Amino acid sequence: MKSIFQLDKPAVSRLCLQFQRLFVVLKLSMERQAVQRAKEAFLSGRTRPLEFRLQQLHALQRMITEKEAEISTALKQDINRSQYDTPLLELIGIENEIKLALEKLAVWAAPRPVERNLLTISDEVYIQPEPLGLVLIIGAWNYPWAVTLQPLVGAIAAGNAAVVKPSELSEHSSLLLRALLPRYLDKDLYPVVTGGVSETQELLRLRFDHVFYTGSSTVGKLVMAAAARHLTPVTLELGGKSPCYIDKDCDIRIACRRITWGKFVNCGQTCIAPDFILCEPCIQGRVVECIRQTLLEFYGADPKCSPDYGRIINQHHFSRVMGLMEGYTPVVGGQSDASQRYIAPTVLKDVPPHSRLMQEEIFGPLLPIVTVSDMDDAIRFVNEREKPLALYIFCSDKKATKRMIEETSSGGVTVNDVMMHYTLSSLPFGGVGESGMGHYHGKHTFDQLSHQRACLVRSLRMENVNLARYPPQDRRRARRVQMALRSPMIDMSKRTFIWAVTATIIGLGLYL
Amino acid sequence: PNGEGGRCFLAVVVIQPVRYGLLHPERKAVARARKAFETGRSKSLEYRILQLKNLQRLFTERQSAVSDAIKKDLNKSEVGTQLYETLGLEGELSLAIKKLKEWAAPRPVEKNLMTISDTVYVKPEPLGVVLIIGAWNYPWAVTIQPLIGAIAAGNAAVVKPSEVCVHTAKAMEDLLPLYIDKELYPVVTGGVPETQELLRQRFDHIFYTGNSMVGKLIMEAAAKHLTPVTLELGGKSPCYIDKDCDLSIACRRVAWGKYTNCGQTCIAPDYILCEPSIQDRVIEEVTKSIKEFYTDNPKTCPDYGRIINQRHFKRIMNMLEDSTIAEGGDNDESDSFIAPTILRDVKPEAKVMQEEIFGPLLPILPVNGLDEAIKFINKGEKPLALYVFSSDKKVIKRMTDETSSGGLLANDCLVHYSVSSLPFGGVGNSGMGCYHGKFSFDQLSHLRSCLIKQLKMEGVNSMRYPPHTLKKLGWIIWKMYNNKAEKQGCFSELMRS
Repeated sequence: MKSIFQLDKPAVSRLCLQFQRLFVVLKLSMERQAVQRAKEAFLSGRTRPLEFRLQQLHALQRMITEKEAEISTALKQDINRSQYDTPLLELIGIENEIKLALEKLAVWAAPRPVERNLLTISDEVYIQPEPLGLVLIIGAWNYPWAVTLQPLVGAIAAGNAAVVKPSELSEHSSLLLRALLPRYLDKDLYPVVTGGVSETQELLRLRFDHVFYTGSSTVGKLVMAAAARHLTPVTLELGGKSPCYIDKDCDIRIACRRITWGKFVNCGQTCIAPDFILCEPCIQGRVVECIRQTLLEFYGADPKCSPDYGRIINQHHFSRVMGLMEGYTPVVGGQSDASQRYIAPTVLKDVPPHSRLMQEEIFGPLLPIVTVSDMDDAIRFVNEREKPLALYIFCSDKKATKRMIEETSSGGVTVNDVMMHYTLSSLPFGGVGESGMGHYHGKHTFDQLSHQRACLVRSLRMENVNLARYPPQDRRRARRVQMALRSPMIDMSKRTFIWAVTATIIGLGLYL
Repeated sequence: PNGEGGRCFLAVVVIQPVRYGLLHPERKAVARARKAFETGRSKSLEYRILQLKNLQRLFTERQSAVSDAIKKDLNKSEVGTQLYETLGLEGELSLAIKKLKEWAAPRPVEKNLMTISDTVYVKPEPLGVVLIIGAWNYPWAVTIQPLIGAIAAGNAAVVKPSEVCVHTAKAMEDLLPLYIDKELYPVVTGGVPETQELLRQRFDHIFYTGNSMVGKLIMEAAAKHLTPVTLELGGKSPCYIDKDCDLSIACRRVAWGKYTNCGQTCIAPDYILCEPSIQDRVIEEVTKSIKEFYTDNPKTCPDYGRIINQRHFKRIMNMLEDSTIAEGGDNDESDSFIAPTILRDVKPEAKVMQEEIFGPLLPILPVNGLDEAIKFINKGEKPLALYVFSSDKKVIKRMTDETSSGGLLANDCLVHYSVSSLPFGGVGNSGMGCYHGKFSFDQLSHLRSCLIKQLKMEGVNSMRYPPHTLKKLGWIIWKMYNNKAEKQGCFSELMRS
């Protein structure tokens, strides 16, 4: 046996390869181990009692409040998020979701009685929400805490175990999450698995009871295909180009202020950012001016120096976004600095519909304006493209707004503002078509990550009522069953005397 | 024109499209349905209700044609067809017609302080073109019920009945275009290649009823277009009979649930779990019920069905190999007849316990009490239905709490299917999504969140805008805004500042 120093080059590289393979095998098996442990922890049944779930949610709440400073630092390092934007855009949302879950869990998890018909009038009929089992949550890098922890809140509330896979692109946040979560939550039930593409692929080979993915449509298809092999249901929060229509008869100054905020927050890296503007040529100039003025107000003359203006997440996306601008002269901004991954807030006008800018979701601080001749033209433009995650309409005319909503489709709509439908937890947040499937926030997360089990509890008495359904089938008996099955639904919460009498008479009629 | 150019012209402009259409009528049907959907005619509620009423007429006017086709496919009696197929559809149609306006209306939601002066609601919208792939066991029920939901929700729908129920598929192909919009709701018949061709097209939702294996393929195909799916699959639905219950009634209900449609029901009680001490009585009572229902000679009884085809006949007969027959077992391959059969002392490794039976074999597995039954059930995949017969509420509660299944029915079989206020669907291997009643409408709609604000009250927004300064401290108040509307104090505070 040669000593390692006597090995020649090919032998050394063979050895290295073997170590690499061993490392990969060991590392990959870490994902399997985490999943296995989570499954076993779930099967132990400890997530069933509501007290346990509430305790975990309280712990998560403490984590957010106690570690806010660390989270802010991580986000600053990842994406140059300002100190104030972190609570504003991420933590407050998570806290509100936790608070809502803590308050409402008992109601959400309780059996939900439903309307009965004549045949089931003396039975217990209800829907029982149940945990699904093991949920896989794949987060994104643009709001790494919000899009990873908000689904986790729902998963915990619904009584599931959850494997959390934060995005590797927001590296500092991902590592911080891996360090923090086990210190506050049950580390077997809610493991954090970090890593890149190969780790995610390994996870997707394993079997889960639900996969919750936030990210791009391309990867969304791969996630769904992987889930299909195990018949695992999925929630896909994807993206798209969210159009923003500005009607010529509206307060353009305020409209542009709101749009500017929504577009350039997080440097445009928001799934529901207004991707592009549609407006008539006659107001285009005004729109550009209003945006320019607002930018000055928000970020000063040199946004690069503003502590509130973000950066592009990494070099790849920086080059991607810069590439979209090629060949076009912006009317506002356009400056960039690759060393900082800085792109100035940029507005481009008269953008042709077939340009590169209009082919993919921008996810960056470029705001193209595409001119349309009127609202009908705008509706046509929107409908020619994939259904977006959000649609924004700035218009003072209620009828026109209603028409635009009715003649288009999108995940959600906010009229006269941007992004705000995200903040109301009673609204289901999700996409449609290419922008996603399933939805969450508030109670919707709980329901999405539960199985709504239909339960009907009868008694072994009153067999006479059933006699008509058994063979031998004859027309007389069949008619009686038909009559009973055709009876209307009864809302037993009313319990009127008349219903009781009617039911008794009909019941006797069936018996005789 | 003649010569090379002329030939090319013909090929491209004439022959290719014709060939395309002839070889792929599925593509044409889907394209036509999409075009019809885009005209917007299915948006109006009146139009949808008209289509639903036309469907109603189909079942009143063509009852005999429907029954004839079923008789040829499954040997179901006319009354049986009514009871198990068309009656349910009539109920769903009446419900949809009555409730459509309510279901399709915008649904207001709870507001918070930030949105207190805004209009906030969820708006149900059509998805677009839905693909409905039916099954052969209750062909009208499982193909038309989703269609009712699709029509009610304002979609177009391509209906692909199962080719296994040959006569019913033909009846659907002939009858549906006579009553409902033939462009919006085309019927595409055919087998595996036609289904595969359909699955290559892009839909806005796919609704499939059938088995788990094909369910996976459907979901994989749907993933390529990011099409959401509803999969109504199957599994082995366990039936636990507690020793403390009225056995004669329990067994009668189980026998009815099992042998209806010759066991070919996705929610049929697949096998029985009971204590060894009551096994003999269970066999006795089930046998009694069989004789009551189907006479001493089920083969001649008009109410007893047949196995759908030879392949399934052979599959089911193979399952008998390693189990003891307590009752029944008679069969006739030429008639696809298998008598109502009970198997006793069945072991978990037996052939009959390896896959969903979907036939008239009722295995009994002895277990030593509820604990063992629950453990056994949890070892297998989550079933579509779970049945528990007991007079003891505690037993029912334990079974409910410690297992999972699509649906749970205590002290009866099958009937939870007919309660339209209960969502009908599976979990895990038994499926995803649910339908019936309003659930069908919601499943085949997009529930779009709408927030209508005004361009006034811009002051309220100021705290979210940069530059963020400590002085503003607005973000703390923003935080309070997102909570309940009780915090009137802060709101008025802000309005003053």
